[in-house]
Amino acid sequence: MSLQVYGSSELIERDIVRYLEQHRDKGLLRLITCGSVDDGKSTLIGRLLYDSKMIFEDQLAALEADSRRHGTQGQEIDFALLVDGLAAEREQGITIDVAYRFFATDRRKFIVADAPGHEQYTRNMVTGASTADLAVILVDARRGVLVQTRRHSYLVHLLGIRNIVLAVNKMDLVDYDQARFDEIVADYRAFAAGLGIAEFTAIPISGLRGDNITAPSGQMDWYDGPTFLRHLEAVPLEESALQAAPFRMPVQWVNRPNHEFRGYCGLIASGTVRPGDRVRILPSGRTTQVSRIVTFGEEPDLAVADQSVTLVLADEVDVSRGDVIAAADAPLESSDQFEATLVWMDEEPMLPGRSYWLKIGGATVSASVTDIKHQVNVNTLEEMPAKTLELNGIGEVKLAFGRAVPFAPFDENRDLGGFILIDRLTNATVGAGMIRYALRRAQNVHWQHLEVTREAHAALKGQRPKVVWFTGLSGAGKSTIANLVEKRLHLMGRHTFLLDGDNIRHGLNRDLGFTDADRVENVRRIGEVAKLMADAGLIVLCAFISPFRAERRLVRDMLPDGEFCEVFVDAPLEVAEQRDAKGLYAKARRGELPNFTGIDSPYEPPEQAEIRIDTTAMSPEEAAERIVAALA
Amino acid sequence: MNPESINGAARSGARRLTHLERLEAESIHIIREVVAEAERPVMLYSIGKDSSVMLHLARKAFHPAPPPFPLLHVDTTWKFRAMYEMRDRMAAEAGMDLIVHRNPEAERLGINPFDHGGRHTDMWKTEGLKQALDQHRFDAAFGGARRDEEKSRAKERIFSFRSANHRWDPKNQRPELWRVYNARKHPGESIRAFPLSNWTELDIWQYIHQEGIPIVPLYFSAPRPTVERDGLLLMVDDDRFPLRPGEAPVMRSIRFRTLGCYPLTGAVESEAATLEDIIREMLLTTTSERQGRAIDHDQAASMEKKKQEGYF
Repeated sequence: MSLQVYGSSELIERDIVRYLEQHRDKGLLRLITCGSVDDGKSTLIGRLLYDSKMIFEDQLAALEADSRRHGTQGQEIDFALLVDGLAAEREQGITIDVAYRFFATDRRKFIVADAPGHEQYTRNMVTGASTADLAVILVDARRGVLVQTRRHSYLVHLLGIRNIVLAVNKMDLVDYDQARFDEIVADYRAFAAGLGIAEFTAIPISGLRGDNITAPSGQMDWYDGPTFLRHLEAVPLEESALQAAPFRMPVQWVNRPNHEFRGYCGLIASGTVRPGDRVRILPSGRTTQVSRIVTFGEEPDLAVADQSVTLVLADEVDVSRGDVIAAADAPLESSDQFEATLVWMDEEPMLPGRSYWLKIGGATVSASVTDIKHQVNVNTLEEMPAKTLELNGIGEVKLAFGRAVPFAPFDENRDLGGFILIDRLTNATVGAGMIRYALRRAQNVHWQHLEVTREAHAALKGQRPKVVWFTGLSGAGKSTIANLVEKRLHLMGRHTFLLDGDNIRHGLNRDLGFTDADRVENVRRIGEVAKLMADAGLIVLCAFISPFRAERRLVRDMLPDGEFCEVFVDAPLEVAEQRDAKGLYAKARRGELPNFTGIDSPYEPPEQAEIRIDTTAMSPEEAAERIVAALA
Repeated sequence: MNPESINGAARSGARRLTHLERLEAESIHIIREVVAEAERPVMLYSIGKDSSVMLHLARKAFHPAPPPFPLLHVDTTWKFRAMYEMRDRMAAEAGMDLIVHRNPEAERLGINPFDHGGRHTDMWKTEGLKQALDQHRFDAAFGGARRDEEKSRAKERIFSFRSANHRWDPKNQRPELWRVYNARKHPGESIRAFPLSNWTELDIWQYIHQEGIPIVPLYFSAPRPTVERDGLLLMVDDDRFPLRPGEAPVMRSIRFRTLGCYPLTGAVESEAATLEDIIREMLLTTTSERQGRAIDHDQAASMEKKKQEGYF
């Protein structure tokens, strides 16, 4: 039973030109398959590829050889080996990463994101779902709706996929029983409604036997719906709805080869555009007109959503990468505070208050989570309180951006409402988020324009503001040295202030403990206070363990270049522990002080501190002299 | 009330995009994104049909300006002569700088595919590529690889990271969502970007047909001097081809489905002399295009291994 995918070979033989004409106007559907090998997912995909001639003889021969070596199907061809592409996956017999597969029929080309189904690979499934128009939820007819079925459905719905196919597989193993199929569909419907999935298409299939895959099954006369493939070919694409929405194009690149030409390049996120259309540039709000749509050949009089274009505007307006060009009569909002759903994708947990890079459209801004409203248990969908998000954790959070960006809620537009978070130190993609709504509108927020500027404050004091940040283990001597430095500066007529555990932990931060999340928030608040004091023209001395590089970096980034001076008060753990002036190490060793830095909580030494004090080689007085000399 | 006039958006001009239009839009978006985020991008130009499509897309992305990056050809000195001609012509036509890099060490040792087997690819291509990227401090390189070509490619990201030693770590790839690409990296690290990731072989041919993109004449069938060796039909492209005792070039009507070093690239016997003929033949064929390349035959994971070592 072959699919006749590229149409009849007969037409290809006889009239290739006509064939090519027929095949020029195919649509493109991207789908994700959710399920595990046990549900017959690989068999289903393997069959689609095999029947659609995407597996060639030499690949089949290689597959047969592989099946004998690593396969789990005895002498049968193990289709899982076809789709598990990495050596580690073939050896372990599991799918780890998303793979992309391709096949085509007369009507459509298909891109299949084949994602692993296990909970520990949630981030991979989310990745695969992010570009899909349709999701196939595979269920084993013998086992029915399982925990993983719920998890997969929740995730694809979360990622905005509105076309869902419930493929009830292995019908041959339940004697093609209609009652069993109806029971599973009813189960699923009850659960799906709770998620907000109003519609789905259920199809009874057998991937192994080929029932209802490409041709109607002879075993299930009671089913009169479309076959699996027919449904994929016919399901309406969202492009007409996307084109009917107002025009929006995030600017990706400003094309300025010479001063005669200036074009704005981007992929149209929604709507349509014609020369003559009035547009508004966001966030600036300036309006102008589209004068031309530039392409390689003849200039078109229309461009639509999902096309990459270059627009020329009628007026000289200031537009840069990250801005959005939108229909003038339906502009976007801008904001710098949002509620969003966040999926965490990194081994290192997400800590509220920590600063990350956030990329949305062509804009990259700094951002931090200010609050986790709740975390969602992906299996039970229960909402639980949380202080951090671990790998694969999903939560509703509040976010603050470093500046306002134009946006649309994710449910309206993926390009304008979907973002990623990037770790500032490792550059890894650590999270993905979907904007639900803005918490405040940026147009209402204007920084108080201060008549007395920070320069004026500093000038009055006759000094350059500075934040001198002492970091090191407990007992290293940070406060001792910082006190000596302050005394010397005071004698020199400098305006200073010392922040340390004594005046911060008992007041401003008395609500914080010593977990990683609290330590991050502790340092963030101290950083903000230090920054305000520096704005006031002071030299601020901060003595805190501040164990994480990321937060020290955050404070550094708050201040103008050259105003942050990191002092690493370096004492080896044995030395600090030996001194143990307050008896804290002894208590920590007895287990009475959990999360104690150096004992059961990590300390990340600075990599490029401005000043390093080796406390085993110099006295506190010598150290203070050195620091004062460096500040002068 | 006329439903067409509601919210002014349902202007009747809306239209359905074809799969080639969607693929084109995605590729152009990727190319522009790399250029916007990288400091010194370069396009790897191998002169094959995929490279030709990639170059065409780059020209579309930046029209009316030429693409704002150079082309890099990592040469082995063993390409088909027709490829060298095509390379120089296309670079000139696109108005782009062309950098040709040949590994001086391989040149000194006279590394060739006849005497040195796998070392030929290692030294000229893998090492040569690393040298060229390091020497010019390129931090992003476009490649024309497609995910349908080979199993480990199917799992590779569009923005694929390489360590300062050019190594690929398949177990530690960055999640890649929507159209949001993370191009941040540390000094010394680089990106390989694959704008054709989601294209299939048929898409490439259909697009060449639709756009009239020039390709090397070797893709079209013609009588050419050949010898049959180790199951491959090889073309005797110049007099450096050492004939074994008893071997004599035979004129056969052949063409190539994929182009590389001529002593390593197997031809197919064919009468397909036009683009339509080629597509017909491709649609009716039963073997994958990489079969003609000696390089992939070694072992199932050979490409994954090569890529980890820095092969493109």
